[in-house]
Amino acid sequence: MPESKEQLFGKTLAELSVLAESLGLPKYTGGQLAYWLYKTDITSFDEMTNISKKSRSLLAEHYVPGVQPPERVQQSADGTKKYLFRAGNGKFIEAAYIPDGKRHTLCVSSQVGCKMGCLFCMTGKQGFQGHLSVGEILNQLRSIPERRQMTNIVYMGMGEPFDNLEAVMKSLEILTAEYGFAISVRKVTVSTIGIVPAMRHFLEHSKCNLAVSLHTPFDEERRRLMPIQNVYPLKDVIETIREFDIGKYRRVSFEYIMFKGVNDSRRHVNELARVLNKVKSRINLIRFHPIPGTPLLGSDEAAILDFQQALNDKGIVTTLRASRGQDIDAACGLLSTKELLKAQESD
Amino acid sequence: MSGLLPCRFSEVAASDKQTPFPGVYNFSSSLQTIPFLSIPIMKRKLTLNKVKVLRQTEIAPGVFVLSFLRPWEFTAGQVLGIGAHATDEARLYSIASGELDDEVDILYNINPDGKLTPWLAKVVTGDSIWVSEPCGSFTGSGEPAWWIASGTGIAPFRAMFRTGLIAGKKLIHGGRDLSSFYFSDDFTQKVKDNYIRCCSRESAEGVYSGRITHYLSGLPALPAGEKYYLCGSAEMVVEVRDILIAKGVPFDNIISEIYF
Repeated sequence: MPESKEQLFGKTLAELSVLAESLGLPKYTGGQLAYWLYKTDITSFDEMTNISKKSRSLLAEHYVPGVQPPERVQQSADGTKKYLFRAGNGKFIEAAYIPDGKRHTLCVSSQVGCKMGCLFCMTGKQGFQGHLSVGEILNQLRSIPERRQMTNIVYMGMGEPFDNLEAVMKSLEILTAEYGFAISVRKVTVSTIGIVPAMRHFLEHSKCNLAVSLHTPFDEERRRLMPIQNVYPLKDVIETIREFDIGKYRRVSFEYIMFKGVNDSRRHVNELARVLNKVKSRINLIRFHPIPGTPLLGSDEAAILDFQQALNDKGIVTTLRASRGQDIDAACGLLSTKELLKAQESD
Repeated sequence: MSGLLPCRFSEVAASDKQTPFPGVYNFSSSLQTIPFLSIPIMKRKLTLNKVKVLRQTEIAPGVFVLSFLRPWEFTAGQVLGIGAHATDEARLYSIASGELDDEVDILYNINPDGKLTPWLAKVVTGDSIWVSEPCGSFTGSGEPAWWIASGTGIAPFRAMFRTGLIAGKKLIHGGRDLSSFYFSDDFTQKVKDNYIRCCSRESAEGVYSGRITHYLSGLPALPAGEKYYLCGSAEMVVEVRDILIAKGVPFDNIISEIYF
């Protein structure tokens, strides 16, 4: 049964080499496999022409390549595409491809659903249905037609990447390694709500960029918006980042969704300037995309621009992220497969 | 980097909605004795220290209360990290005993796929486990409030209850079967009519038949000025929060702790 075979896609070079040797194949077969899996578009062992037929047959007895095409794609009027994939547990995940001139960004998911329960996030509303494997994370890039155009990868889709740390770290290795997709670490960003121990591990072992969901500098406000604040308060997140020499080789940004009357005042500007003092970072302001039943409203455009200017005046580099793919629910915070999940449950 | 990652940051199974607090600290370890803290504080790096287990009691199938002598002060509602060894990654669990109790109680259930709880369930009196200082800000107060929990999410409310914060509280506990209502004898006796059990798979006299969300949805009105503390699975917390907001509770008055 092919379904019961282990997938090769998503394995690191070291893992591929070990499994090759375990089958009695030369160790260098691992490198050959990595080449075919991560540098080409092949989908079967038969296409791996520099591996002997006998070796291919042996591999096929035990493994499958494991690349899965998306189940569906939706395209926004602004060119953004939302891809739907089926995860190994039968549930669904989404990835958003965002073209912007020469910049082509893929926003990938790391979990099916999310456990973090942030008040403003649609993904959180579907609860948690499972972790993605390394292969399932990378398949979101590997299996879409825009793969070769991609300039930036952001882990900002469904799920909290640092709640699935092991798979995310391996996927980062394969994304950035020469044997893998060979994408520059400067073009890969992992976003987190601030799970401190995992974030520390990431900062110690990866050179990719970090984005932290901040949303308010005040503890009490933040724990109303993001339950994680009860366990990993913002001050600990920032102090951890301070321990690393960020500016030399990577970028740290703080994501800040603008909520009307909640976090868009001068008081917030001043406190942001205080808590981020001497942290080499920038703030990305994000327009809020309302979700059903939310008590939150997005800040007015004028208030957002005023907030941005005030932060820039304080010396904090502050950018405003364009809203993309809102008409297909691909914009920030809108990815969800809850309806598909409901349909599955009612079948 | 391959194979160098010792951490698996969640032991919650997708199908298990009531797994204990499995958030993880990668604690630095120490063999020193535990300092007696006068003020519970949150630190970025916590130290794991050895304690002797006083008792381990299975209070429901697969659900345990583990007790050890209290080595520090804490605030009811806080969590602590537990590991099997000094150098382990620790997992966070809510403290289920009161601030003035001599012993610390930890309520947990076994996650068969987890790295800690299958081992923890085999620990017996006199064995050692490794625990951190308490931390966290999901703490109670004396003001009127609603305590809403699912499964082992009852633990912080039991700590608040045993600390004497029960006046003016309404306690709503959701569970799949009747054995899910841990500590119910205490609550029934002291919280009386303000203790509501919502059971989704079994029925009994004095127990609401249905999910906690169904119970809350059926209430005619909720006091908007009171605080609502929610603790349990992400699914429960998110659904209950939506219901409270739909019923006019300001989100400022909703404080959530999610077992992740």
